[in-house]
Amino acid sequence: MYWDPNVEKMPLKDLKALQERKLRALVHLAYEYSPFYRRKFKEVGVNPWDIRGLEDLSKLPFTKKQDLRDNYPFGMFAVPTSQIVRFHASSGTTGKPTVVGYTSNDINIWVESMCRSLTACGVSRNDIMQIAYGYGLFTGGLGFHYAAERLGATVIPISAGNTQRQIELMKDLHTTVLACTPSYMLYLAEYASNNGVDLRETKLRMGIFGAEPWSEETRKRIEDKTGIQAFDVYGTSELSGPLFTECVEKNGLHIWADHFLIEIVDEDGNLVGEGERGELIVTTLTKEAMPLIRWKTGDITIMEEEKCNCGRTHPRIMRILGRADDMLIVRGVNVFPSQIEHVLMQIPEVGEHYMIILDRAESGLDEMTIQVELAEKAFSDKVSDILKLEKRIAERLKSVLNVWAKVEVVNPGTLQRFEGKAKRVIDRRKI
Amino acid sequence: MKEEKIIKQVSVFVENKPGRLAAVTEKLYEKGINIRAFTIAEAGDFGIIRMVVDKTDEAYKVLKDAGFTVSLTNVLGVEVKDEPGGLYSIAKALGSANINIEYVYAFTFGKDKALIILRVDDIEKAIEILEKENVLFKGKVD
Repeated sequence: MYWDPNVEKMPLKDLKALQERKLRALVHLAYEYSPFYRRKFKEVGVNPWDIRGLEDLSKLPFTKKQDLRDNYPFGMFAVPTSQIVRFHASSGTTGKPTVVGYTSNDINIWVESMCRSLTACGVSRNDIMQIAYGYGLFTGGLGFHYAAERLGATVIPISAGNTQRQIELMKDLHTTVLACTPSYMLYLAEYASNNGVDLRETKLRMGIFGAEPWSEETRKRIEDKTGIQAFDVYGTSELSGPLFTECVEKNGLHIWADHFLIEIVDEDGNLVGEGERGELIVTTLTKEAMPLIRWKTGDITIMEEEKCNCGRTHPRIMRILGRADDMLIVRGVNVFPSQIEHVLMQIPEVGEHYMIILDRAESGLDEMTIQVELAEKAFSDKVSDILKLEKRIAERLKSVLNVWAKVEVVNPGTLQRFEGKAKRVIDRRKI
Repeated sequence: MKEEKIIKQVSVFVENKPGRLAAVTEKLYEKGINIRAFTIAEAGDFGIIRMVVDKTDEAYKVLKDAGFTVSLTNVLGVEVKDEPGGLYSIAKALGSANINIEYVYAFTFGKDKALIILRVDDIEKAIEILEKENVLFKGKVD
Protein backbone atom coordinates (compact mmCIF):
# COMPACT_ATOMS: atom_id res chain seq x y z
CA MET A 1 0.00 0.00 0.00
CA TYR A 2 1.20 3.48 -0.88
CA TRP A 3 -0.07 6.86 0.25
CA ASP A 4 1.41 8.79 -2.68
CA PRO A 5 2.59 6.13 -5.15
CA ASN A 6 3.73 8.51 -7.88
CA VAL A 7 6.20 10.17 -5.56
CA GLU A 8 7.11 7.14 -3.47
CA LYS A 9 8.03 5.05 -6.52
CA MET A 10 9.57 7.86 -8.58
CA PRO A 11 12.69 6.66 -10.44
CA LEU A 12 15.86 7.61 -8.56
CA LYS A 13 17.09 9.71 -11.50
CA ASP A 14 13.96 11.85 -11.46
CA LEU A 15 14.06 12.07 -7.68
CA LYS A 16 17.64 13.41 -7.80
CA ALA A 17 16.73 15.95 -10.47
CA LEU A 18 13.84 17.08 -8.28
CA GLN A 19 16.17 17.37 -5.29
CA GLU A 20 18.64 19.50 -7.27
CA ARG A 21 15.90 21.85 -8.41
CA LYS A 22 14.61 22.22 -4.86
CA LEU A 23 18.11 22.63 -3.43
CA ARG A 24 18.87 25.51 -5.79
CA ALA A 25 15.63 27.24 -4.77
CA LEU A 26 16.37 26.59 -1.09
CA VAL A 27 19.81 28.24 -1.03
CA HIS A 28 18.48 31.31 -2.80
CA LEU A 29 15.52 31.60 -0.43
CA ALA A 30 17.68 31.06 2.63
CA TYR A 31 20.18 33.66 1.46
CA GLU A 32 17.43 36.12 0.69
CA TYR A 33 15.17 35.73 3.70
CA SER A 34 17.26 34.26 6.55
CA PRO A 35 19.79 36.69 8.06
CA PHE A 36 21.31 33.67 9.80
CA TYR A 37 22.05 31.79 6.56
CA ARG A 38 23.19 34.88 4.71
CA ARG A 39 25.76 35.48 7.46
CA LYS A 40 26.79 31.81 7.44
CA PHE A 41 27.21 31.71 3.64
CA LYS A 42 29.31 34.85 3.74
CA GLU A 43 31.51 33.45 6.52
CA VAL A 44 32.56 30.53 4.32
CA GLY A 45 32.51 32.59 1.12
CA VAL A 46 29.68 30.75 -0.62
CA ASN A 47 27.29 32.43 -3.01
CA PRO A 48 23.87 30.82 -3.74
CA TRP A 49 24.89 30.68 -7.42
CA ASP A 50 27.75 28.33 -6.51
CA ILE A 51 25.26 25.60 -5.66
CA ARG A 52 24.22 23.99 -8.94
CA GLY A 53 23.84 20.32 -8.10
CA LEU A 54 23.91 17.78 -5.27
CA GLU A 55 27.70 17.52 -5.59
CA ASP A 56 27.95 21.16 -4.47
CA LEU A 57 26.26 20.42 -1.17
CA SER A 58 29.54 19.98 0.69
CA LYS A 59 30.42 23.62 -0.05
CA LEU A 60 27.68 24.63 2.38
CA PRO A 61 28.33 24.98 6.11
CA PHE A 62 26.67 22.70 8.68
CA THR A 63 23.88 23.93 10.92
CA LYS A 64 24.25 22.84 14.54
CA LYS A 65 22.09 22.65 17.63
CA GLN A 66 24.13 25.49 19.08
CA ASP A 67 22.99 27.73 16.18
CA LEU A 68 19.39 27.18 17.28
CA ARG A 69 20.28 28.06 20.87
CA ASP A 70 22.28 31.13 19.88
CA ASN A 71 19.45 32.42 17.71
CA TYR A 72 16.65 31.69 20.15
CA PRO A 73 13.81 32.53 19.75
CA PHE A 74 13.27 33.95 16.25
CA GLY A 75 16.71 34.23 14.68
CA MET A 76 16.44 31.07 12.57
CA PHE A 77 13.15 31.91 10.93
CA ALA A 78 12.92 32.81 7.26
CA VAL A 79 9.32 34.03 7.41
CA PRO A 80 7.57 36.70 9.52
CA THR A 81 5.73 35.39 12.58
CA SER A 82 2.41 36.20 10.90
CA GLN A 83 3.02 33.23 8.59
CA ILE A 84 3.87 30.87 11.42
CA VAL A 85 0.94 28.76 12.58
CA ARG A 86 2.58 26.74 15.32
CA PHE A 87 5.60 26.59 17.62
CA HIS A 88 7.12 23.54 19.23
CA ALA A 89 9.91 23.95 21.74
CA SER A 90 12.42 21.80 23.57
CA SER A 91 12.82 22.23 27.28
CA GLY A 92 16.47 23.00 27.11
CA THR A 93 17.51 20.56 29.85
CA THR A 94 20.98 20.37 28.33
CA GLY A 95 21.32 24.04 27.51
CA LYS A 96 19.21 26.98 26.39
CA PRO A 97 15.80 26.07 24.98
CA THR A 98 15.25 25.79 21.25
CA VAL A 99 12.12 26.65 19.30
CA VAL A 100 10.82 25.40 15.97
CA GLY A 101 8.15 27.18 13.89
CA TYR A 102 5.89 25.90 11.14
CA THR A 103 3.97 27.59 8.33
CA SER A 104 0.73 25.93 7.39
CA ASN A 105 2.54 24.42 4.41
CA ASP A 106 5.23 23.02 6.75
CA ILE A 107 2.55 21.32 8.83
CA ASN A 108 1.00 19.93 5.67
CA ILE A 109 4.30 18.43 4.49
CA TRP A 110 4.96 17.01 7.94
CA VAL A 111 1.55 15.33 7.99
CA GLU A 112 1.89 14.08 4.39
CA SER A 113 5.33 12.61 5.13
CA MET A 114 3.98 10.83 8.17
CA CYS A 115 0.94 9.58 6.21
CA ARG A 116 3.29 7.97 3.68
CA SER A 117 5.27 6.41 6.53
CA LEU A 118 2.30 5.08 8.45
CA THR A 119 0.88 3.59 5.26
CA ALA A 120 4.27 2.03 4.49
CA CYS A 121 4.34 0.15 7.79
CA GLY A 122 0.77 -1.02 7.37
CA VAL A 123 -1.47 1.41 9.22
CA SER A 124 -4.80 2.05 7.49
CA ARG A 125 -8.10 3.82 8.07
CA ASN A 126 -9.37 0.66 9.77
CA ASP A 127 -6.87 0.99 12.60
CA ILE A 128 -7.41 2.35 16.08
CA MET A 129 -4.26 4.13 17.09
CA GLN A 130 -3.37 4.83 20.69
CA ILE A 131 -0.85 7.66 20.78
CA ALA A 132 1.16 7.40 23.97
CA TYR A 133 3.79 9.90 22.96
CA GLY A 134 3.66 13.16 24.88
CA TYR A 135 1.33 15.83 23.50
CA GLY A 136 2.23 19.47 23.80
CA LEU A 137 5.51 21.18 23.08
CA PHE A 138 7.06 17.79 22.30
CA THR A 139 6.38 16.94 18.65
CA GLY A 140 5.72 13.21 19.12
CA GLY A 141 2.05 13.25 20.10
CA LEU A 142 0.77 15.83 17.61
CA GLY A 143 3.00 14.50 14.82
CA PHE A 144 1.33 11.09 14.98
CA HIS A 145 -2.05 12.57 15.75
CA TYR A 146 -2.63 14.63 12.61
CA ALA A 147 -1.21 12.01 10.27
CA ALA A 148 -3.35 9.24 11.77
CA GLU A 149 -6.42 11.45 11.43
CA ARG A 150 -5.67 12.36 7.82
CA LEU A 151 -5.20 8.66 7.13
CA GLY A 152 -8.69 8.11 8.46
CA ALA A 153 -7.58 5.96 11.37
CA THR A 154 -9.26 6.37 14.77
CA VAL A 155 -7.07 8.23 17.23
CA ILE A 156 -6.90 7.79 20.99
CA PRO A 157 -4.88 10.86 22.08
CA ILE A 158 -3.98 9.45 25.49
CA SER A 159 -0.46 11.00 25.63
CA ALA A 160 2.34 9.51 27.76
CA GLY A 161 2.10 7.87 31.17
CA ASN A 162 -0.76 6.47 33.28
CA THR A 163 -0.10 2.86 32.35
CA GLN A 164 -3.18 1.46 34.08
CA ARG A 165 -5.41 3.66 31.91
CA GLN A 166 -3.40 2.87 28.78
CA ILE A 167 -4.16 -0.81 29.24
CA GLU A 168 -7.81 -0.25 30.14
CA LEU A 169 -8.46 1.84 27.04
CA MET A 170 -6.42 -0.52 24.91
CA LYS A 171 -8.76 -3.33 25.94
CA ASP A 172 -12.03 -1.37 25.92
CA LEU A 173 -11.54 0.57 22.67
CA HIS A 174 -9.81 -2.29 20.78
CA THR A 175 -6.59 -0.43 20.05
CA THR A 176 -4.76 -2.01 17.11
CA VAL A 177 -1.70 0.26 16.90
CA LEU A 178 0.30 1.73 19.76
CA ALA A 179 2.78 4.57 19.33
CA CYS A 180 5.25 5.21 22.16
CA THR A 181 8.93 4.93 23.08
CA PRO A 182 10.34 1.38 22.99
CA SER A 183 11.29 1.60 26.66
CA TYR A 184 7.72 2.51 27.55
CA MET A 185 6.46 -0.45 25.50
CA LEU A 186 8.68 -2.76 27.55
CA TYR A 187 7.40 -1.19 30.73
CA LEU A 188 3.79 -1.43 29.60
CA ALA A 189 4.21 -5.10 28.62
CA GLU A 190 5.70 -5.89 32.03
CA TYR A 191 2.95 -3.94 33.80
CA ALA A 192 0.29 -5.78 31.81
CA SER A 193 1.72 -9.18 32.62
CA ASN A 194 2.09 -8.31 36.34
CA ASN A 195 -1.57 -7.35 36.35
CA GLY A 196 -2.78 -10.47 34.62
CA VAL A 197 -3.38 -8.90 31.20
CA ASP A 198 -2.19 -10.90 28.21
CA LEU A 199 -1.51 -8.43 25.40
CA ARG A 200 -1.91 -11.32 22.95
CA GLU A 201 -5.55 -11.45 23.87
CA THR A 202 -6.08 -7.79 23.01
CA LYS A 203 -6.58 -6.44 19.48
CA LEU A 204 -3.15 -4.77 19.54
CA ARG A 205 -1.33 -5.87 16.39
CA MET A 206 1.50 -3.42 15.96
CA GLY A 207 3.55 -0.73 17.64
CA ILE A 208 5.52 2.19 16.24
CA PHE A 209 8.41 2.95 18.53
CA GLY A 210 10.95 5.74 18.50
CA ALA A 211 12.25 8.96 20.07
CA GLU A 212 15.23 6.99 21.40
CA PRO A 213 17.66 4.51 19.88
CA TRP A 214 16.73 0.84 20.29
CA SER A 215 18.11 -2.40 18.96
CA GLU A 216 17.00 -5.19 16.67
CA GLU A 217 17.13 -7.55 19.67
CA THR A 218 14.76 -5.31 21.60
CA ARG A 219 12.38 -5.50 18.66
CA LYS A 220 12.57 -9.28 18.81
CA ARG A 221 11.88 -9.26 22.53
CA ILE A 222 8.88 -6.97 22.19
CA GLU A 223 7.51 -9.05 19.34
CA ASP A 224 8.08 -12.39 21.08
CA LYS A 225 6.65 -11.18 24.36
CA THR A 226 3.55 -9.44 23.07
CA GLY A 227 2.86 -10.99 19.67
CA ILE A 228 2.76 -7.58 17.96
CA GLN A 229 4.75 -6.27 14.99
CA ALA A 230 7.21 -3.57 16.09
CA PHE A 231 8.29 -0.76 13.74
CA ASP A 232 10.90 1.93 14.12
CA VAL A 233 10.09 5.61 13.63
CA TYR A 234 12.50 8.52 13.25
CA GLY A 235 12.28 12.26 13.27
CA THR A 236 13.49 15.20 15.28
CA SER A 237 11.69 18.33 16.34
CA GLU A 238 14.08 20.47 14.27
CA LEU A 239 13.05 18.60 11.11
CA SER A 240 9.35 18.82 12.19
CA GLY A 241 8.81 15.81 14.46
CA PRO A 242 8.21 12.12 13.77
CA LEU A 243 8.52 11.76 9.99
CA PHE A 244 9.92 8.43 8.82
CA THR A 245 9.16 4.81 9.66
CA GLU A 246 10.20 1.44 8.39
CA CYS A 247 8.09 -0.10 5.68
CA VAL A 248 6.79 -3.66 6.09
CA GLU A 249 10.21 -4.95 4.97
CA LYS A 250 11.65 -3.75 8.33
CA ASN A 251 14.92 -3.04 6.61
CA GLY A 252 15.55 0.64 7.16
CA LEU A 253 13.46 3.79 7.39
CA HIS A 254 12.48 5.56 4.16
CA ILE A 255 13.54 9.21 4.07
CA TRP A 256 11.18 11.13 1.79
CA ALA A 257 13.73 12.55 -0.59
CA ASP A 258 11.43 15.08 -2.23
CA HIS A 259 11.43 16.96 1.09
CA PHE A 260 14.62 15.86 2.84
CA LEU A 261 18.12 15.48 1.44
CA ILE A 262 20.40 13.28 3.52
CA GLU A 263 24.14 12.72 3.83
CA ILE A 264 26.24 10.65 6.23
CA VAL A 265 29.48 12.21 7.46
CA ASP A 266 32.36 11.17 9.70
CA GLU A 267 33.64 13.02 12.79
CA ASP A 268 35.51 15.48 10.57
CA GLY A 269 32.43 16.27 8.52
CA ASN A 270 33.54 14.36 5.41
CA LEU A 271 31.16 12.05 3.56
CA VAL A 272 31.67 8.42 4.55
CA GLY A 273 31.91 5.60 2.04
CA GLU A 274 28.91 3.57 0.95
CA GLY A 275 27.43 1.53 3.78
CA GLU A 276 29.63 3.11 6.45
CA ARG A 277 28.27 4.49 9.68
CA GLY A 278 28.39 8.17 10.46
CA GLU A 279 26.33 11.14 11.55
CA LEU A 280 23.07 11.80 9.70
CA ILE A 281 22.98 15.23 8.05
CA VAL A 282 19.63 16.49 6.74
CA THR A 283 18.82 19.40 4.47
CA THR A 284 15.15 20.35 4.47
CA LEU A 285 14.23 21.02 0.84
CA THR A 286 10.75 22.41 1.34
CA LYS A 287 10.47 23.78 4.87
CA GLU A 288 9.50 27.43 4.86
CA ALA A 289 9.47 28.75 8.43
CA MET A 290 12.77 27.30 9.53
CA PRO A 291 14.72 25.82 6.62
CA LEU A 292 17.75 23.84 7.74
CA ILE A 293 20.79 23.41 5.56
CA ARG A 294 23.05 20.47 6.38
CA TRP A 295 21.52 20.04 9.81
CA LYS A 296 23.70 17.91 12.09
CA THR A 297 21.19 15.56 13.71
CA GLY A 298 23.74 14.05 16.08
CA ASP A 299 22.29 10.62 15.22
CA ILE A 300 24.59 7.85 14.05
CA THR A 301 23.31 5.62 11.28
CA ILE A 302 24.03 3.96 7.92
CA MET A 303 22.45 4.99 4.60
CA GLU A 304 21.09 2.53 2.03
CA GLU A 305 20.30 3.82 -1.46
CA GLU A 306 19.33 0.50 -3.09
CA LYS A 307 15.69 0.39 -4.12
CA CYS A 308 13.70 -1.31 -1.39
CA ASN A 309 11.76 -4.55 -1.91
CA CYS A 310 8.63 -2.61 -1.08
CA GLY A 311 9.03 -0.72 -4.36
CA ARG A 312 9.90 2.65 -2.85
CA THR A 313 12.89 4.40 -4.36
CA HIS A 314 13.54 6.86 -1.53
CA PRO A 315 16.77 6.20 0.35
CA ARG A 316 16.70 4.45 3.72
CA ILE A 317 18.58 4.92 6.93
CA MET A 318 19.21 1.91 9.14
CA ARG A 319 18.01 2.11 12.72
CA ILE A 320 19.78 4.78 14.76
CA LEU A 321 22.87 3.26 16.36
CA GLY A 322 23.31 6.00 18.91
CA ARG A 323 23.80 9.70 19.35
CA ALA A 324 27.07 11.32 18.41
CA ASP A 325 26.86 12.99 21.82
CA ASP A 326 25.62 9.78 23.57
CA MET A 327 28.95 8.27 22.79
CA LEU A 328 30.79 7.36 25.96
CA ILE A 329 34.53 7.37 26.07
CA VAL A 330 35.65 4.66 28.45
CA ARG A 331 39.39 4.25 28.91
CA GLY A 332 39.80 6.01 25.60
CA VAL A 333 37.49 3.65 23.73
CA ASN A 334 34.31 4.90 22.04
CA VAL A 335 31.29 3.07 23.46
CA PHE A 336 27.69 3.50 22.32
CA PRO A 337 24.99 2.45 24.78
CA SER A 338 23.19 0.81 21.84
CA GLN A 339 26.10 -1.63 21.49
CA ILE A 340 25.64 -2.67 25.10
CA GLU A 341 21.90 -3.10 24.61
CA HIS A 342 22.59 -5.17 21.50
CA VAL A 343 24.73 -7.61 23.51
CA LEU A 344 22.41 -7.82 26.52
CA MET A 345 19.31 -8.53 24.46
CA GLN A 346 20.98 -11.57 22.95
CA ILE A 347 21.32 -13.13 26.39
CA PRO A 348 18.08 -14.84 27.42
CA GLU A 349 19.10 -15.08 31.09
CA VAL A 350 18.71 -11.32 31.59
CA GLY A 351 15.81 -8.88 31.30
CA GLU A 352 15.24 -5.86 29.07
CA HIS A 353 16.15 -3.17 31.55
CA TYR A 354 19.72 -2.15 32.22
CA MET A 355 21.85 0.67 33.57
CA ILE A 356 25.34 1.76 32.62
CA ILE A 357 27.35 3.27 35.47
CA LEU A 358 30.66 4.98 34.94
CA ASP A 359 33.11 5.65 37.74
CA ARG A 360 36.69 6.78 37.88
CA ALA A 361 38.88 4.84 40.27
CA GLU A 362 41.52 6.58 42.35
CA SER A 363 44.08 5.27 39.93
CA GLY A 364 42.38 7.45 37.31
CA LEU A 365 41.12 4.44 35.38
CA ASP A 366 37.51 4.44 34.15
CA GLU A 367 35.29 1.70 35.46
CA MET A 368 32.11 0.73 33.68
CA THR A 369 29.48 -1.28 35.50
CA ILE A 370 26.50 -2.75 33.68
CA GLN A 371 23.54 -3.61 35.87
CA VAL A 372 21.00 -5.97 34.40
CA GLU A 373 18.08 -7.85 35.84
CA LEU A 374 18.30 -11.59 36.28
CA ALA A 375 15.49 -13.37 34.45
CA GLU A 376 13.36 -15.37 36.87
CA LYS A 377 13.94 -18.63 35.04
CA ALA A 378 17.71 -18.18 35.06
CA PHE A 379 17.98 -18.06 38.85
CA SER A 380 19.96 -20.87 40.38
CA ASP A 381 20.68 -21.63 44.03
CA LYS A 382 24.33 -21.99 43.09
CA VAL A 383 26.53 -18.90 43.33
CA SER A 384 28.84 -20.29 40.66
CA ASP A 385 26.04 -20.34 38.07
CA ILE A 386 25.34 -16.64 38.54
CA LEU A 387 29.03 -15.75 38.58
CA LYS A 388 29.42 -17.72 35.35
CA LEU A 389 26.56 -15.77 33.81
CA GLU A 390 28.11 -12.45 34.84
CA LYS A 391 31.42 -13.57 33.38
CA ARG A 392 29.83 -14.70 30.13
CA ILE A 393 28.07 -11.34 29.71
CA ALA A 394 31.28 -9.47 30.52
CA GLU A 395 33.18 -11.49 27.91
CA ARG A 396 30.55 -10.85 25.24
CA LEU A 397 30.62 -7.13 26.04
CA LYS A 398 34.40 -7.11 25.86
CA SER A 399 34.37 -8.73 22.42
CA VAL A 400 31.99 -6.08 21.07
CA LEU A 401 33.13 -2.96 22.97
CA ASN A 402 36.82 -3.71 23.25
CA VAL A 403 36.77 -2.62 26.85
CA TRP A 404 35.96 -4.56 30.02
CA ALA A 405 32.82 -3.85 31.98
CA LYS A 406 31.85 -5.23 35.36
CA VAL A 407 28.50 -6.97 35.14
CA GLU A 408 26.11 -7.00 38.09
CA VAL A 409 22.92 -8.97 37.93
CA VAL A 410 20.17 -7.58 40.13
CA ASN A 411 16.70 -8.63 41.20
CA PRO A 412 14.01 -8.38 38.52
CA GLY A 413 11.90 -5.23 38.78
CA THR A 414 14.51 -3.25 40.72
CA LEU A 415 16.10 -1.13 37.97
CA GLN A 416 14.47 2.15 37.05
CA ARG A 417 11.65 2.08 34.48
CA PHE A 418 11.15 4.97 32.07
CA GLU A 419 7.86 6.29 30.75
CA GLY A 420 9.45 8.71 28.29
CA LYS A 421 12.95 8.65 26.91
CA ALA A 422 15.11 6.24 28.87
CA LYS A 423 18.17 7.59 30.68
CA ARG A 424 20.29 4.54 31.22
CA VAL A 425 23.70 6.09 31.71
CA ILE A 426 24.93 7.35 35.07
CA ASP A 427 28.30 9.01 34.64
CA ARG A 428 29.87 9.63 38.04
CA ARG A 429 33.32 10.38 36.69
CA LYS A 430 34.83 13.63 37.81
CA ILE A 431 36.88 15.24 35.10
CA MET B 1 8.37 -42.51 47.49
CA LYS B 2 11.43 -40.41 46.77
CA GLU B 3 9.67 -37.13 47.59
CA GLU B 4 9.52 -37.86 51.30
CA LYS B 5 13.26 -38.24 51.39
CA ILE B 6 13.85 -34.92 49.67
CA ILE B 7 13.80 -31.63 51.55
CA LYS B 8 12.70 -28.51 49.69
CA GLN B 9 15.09 -25.68 50.33
CA VAL B 10 13.99 -22.10 49.70
CA SER B 11 16.67 -20.22 47.71
CA VAL B 12 16.47 -16.43 47.39
CA PHE B 13 18.57 -14.07 45.27
CA VAL B 14 19.53 -10.93 47.19
CA GLU B 15 21.65 -7.98 46.24
CA ASN B 16 24.43 -7.28 48.69
CA LYS B 17 22.87 -4.09 50.08
CA PRO B 18 21.83 -3.02 53.58
CA GLY B 19 18.33 -4.09 54.54
CA ARG B 20 17.90 -6.93 52.04
CA LEU B 21 18.08 -9.72 54.63
CA ALA B 22 15.68 -7.79 56.84
CA ALA B 23 13.26 -7.47 53.93
CA VAL B 24 13.28 -11.24 53.34
CA THR B 25 12.96 -12.26 56.97
CA GLU B 26 10.28 -9.65 57.66
CA LYS B 27 8.02 -11.31 55.09
CA LEU B 28 8.52 -14.70 56.73
CA TYR B 29 7.94 -13.27 60.19
CA GLU B 30 4.68 -11.66 59.08
CA LYS B 31 3.38 -15.06 57.98
CA GLY B 32 4.60 -16.81 61.12
CA ILE B 33 7.06 -18.93 59.19
CA ASN B 34 9.86 -20.45 61.22
CA ILE B 35 13.34 -20.77 59.76
CA ARG B 36 14.93 -24.10 60.73
CA ALA B 37 18.22 -23.85 58.87
CA PHE B 38 19.78 -20.86 57.23
CA THR B 39 22.89 -19.85 55.35
CA ILE B 40 23.98 -17.11 52.94
CA ALA B 41 26.42 -17.71 50.14
CA GLU B 42 27.83 -14.34 49.25
CA ALA B 43 29.67 -13.37 46.09
CA GLY B 44 30.55 -9.69 46.00
CA ASP B 45 27.57 -7.72 44.77
CA PHE B 46 24.98 -10.42 45.42
CA GLY B 47 24.26 -13.34 47.69
CA ILE B 48 21.97 -16.34 47.77
CA ILE B 49 19.98 -17.09 50.89
CA ARG B 50 19.38 -20.80 51.39
CA MET B 51 17.02 -21.91 54.07
CA VAL B 52 14.82 -24.71 55.26
CA VAL B 53 11.55 -23.51 56.78
CA ASP B 54 8.54 -25.13 58.38
CA LYS B 55 5.99 -23.90 55.81
CA THR B 56 7.87 -24.14 52.54
CA ASP B 57 5.11 -23.47 50.00
CA GLU B 58 3.82 -20.51 51.96
CA ALA B 59 7.33 -19.06 52.23
CA TYR B 60 7.85 -19.47 48.49
CA LYS B 61 4.60 -17.68 47.71
CA VAL B 62 5.02 -14.77 50.10
CA LEU B 63 8.57 -14.06 48.87
CA LYS B 64 7.61 -14.35 45.22
CA ASP B 65 4.63 -12.04 45.69
CA ALA B 66 6.96 -9.54 47.36
CA GLY B 67 9.06 -9.48 44.18
CA PHE B 68 12.01 -11.60 45.25
CA THR B 69 13.69 -14.01 42.89
CA VAL B 70 13.09 -17.28 44.66
CA SER B 71 13.22 -20.96 43.79
CA LEU B 72 12.78 -24.27 45.53
CA THR B 73 15.79 -26.55 45.49
CA ASN B 74 15.91 -30.28 46.22
CA VAL B 75 18.34 -31.05 49.03
CA LEU B 76 18.91 -34.01 51.34
CA GLY B 77 19.05 -34.15 55.12
CA VAL B 78 21.46 -36.38 56.97
CA GLU B 79 21.26 -37.13 60.67
CA VAL B 80 24.65 -37.10 62.28
CA LYS B 81 25.53 -38.89 65.45
CA ASP B 82 27.34 -36.91 68.09
CA GLU B 83 30.58 -38.84 67.79
CA PRO B 84 33.90 -38.60 65.90
CA GLY B 85 33.79 -39.75 62.29
CA GLY B 86 30.10 -39.18 61.76
CA LEU B 87 30.44 -36.76 58.84
CA TYR B 88 33.54 -38.56 57.53
CA SER B 89 31.67 -41.81 56.85
CA ILE B 90 29.01 -39.96 54.86
CA ALA B 91 31.43 -37.85 52.85
CA LYS B 92 33.49 -40.95 52.11
CA ALA B 93 30.47 -42.96 50.99
CA LEU B 94 29.33 -40.21 48.62
CA GLY B 95 32.86 -39.58 47.37
CA SER B 96 33.44 -43.25 46.56
CA ALA B 97 30.18 -43.26 44.60
CA ASN B 98 31.50 -40.25 42.63
CA ILE B 99 28.77 -37.96 43.90
CA ASN B 100 29.78 -34.33 44.25
CA ILE B 101 28.62 -32.33 47.26
CA GLU B 102 27.90 -28.85 45.96
CA TYR B 103 27.28 -27.22 49.28
CA VAL B 104 26.47 -28.20 52.83
CA TYR B 105 25.24 -26.56 56.02
CA ALA B 106 23.99 -27.86 59.34
CA PHE B 107 21.59 -27.12 62.14
CA THR B 108 20.70 -28.69 65.45
CA PHE B 109 17.65 -30.83 65.43
CA GLY B 110 15.56 -32.35 68.19
CA LYS B 111 17.27 -32.52 71.56
CA ASP B 112 20.82 -33.59 70.82
CA LYS B 113 21.06 -34.36 67.13
CA ALA B 114 22.47 -32.35 64.25
CA LEU B 115 21.00 -32.39 60.78
CA ILE B 116 23.23 -31.70 57.79
CA ILE B 117 21.68 -30.26 54.64
CA LEU B 118 23.38 -31.48 51.48
CA ARG B 119 23.06 -30.28 47.91
CA VAL B 120 24.49 -32.95 45.58
CA ASP B 121 24.81 -33.26 41.83
CA ASP B 122 23.06 -36.64 41.63
CA ILE B 123 20.26 -36.72 44.15
CA GLU B 124 18.79 -40.13 43.18
CA LYS B 125 22.09 -41.89 43.58
CA ALA B 126 22.87 -40.04 46.80
CA ILE B 127 19.57 -41.19 48.32
CA GLU B 128 20.50 -44.78 47.52
CA ILE B 129 23.93 -44.45 49.13
CA LEU B 130 22.70 -42.61 52.22
CA GLU B 131 19.90 -45.11 52.76
CA LYS B 132 22.47 -47.91 52.67
CA GLU B 133 24.43 -46.03 55.33
CA ASN B 134 21.17 -45.66 57.21
CA VAL B 135 21.67 -41.94 57.81
CA LEU B 136 19.12 -40.36 55.48
CA PHE B 137 16.71 -38.13 57.28
CA LYS B 138 13.14 -39.11 56.54
CA GLY B 139 10.46 -36.98 57.99
CA LYS B 140 9.13 -33.50 58.08
CA VAL B 141 11.06 -30.45 59.10
CA ASP B 142 8.75 -28.56 61.41
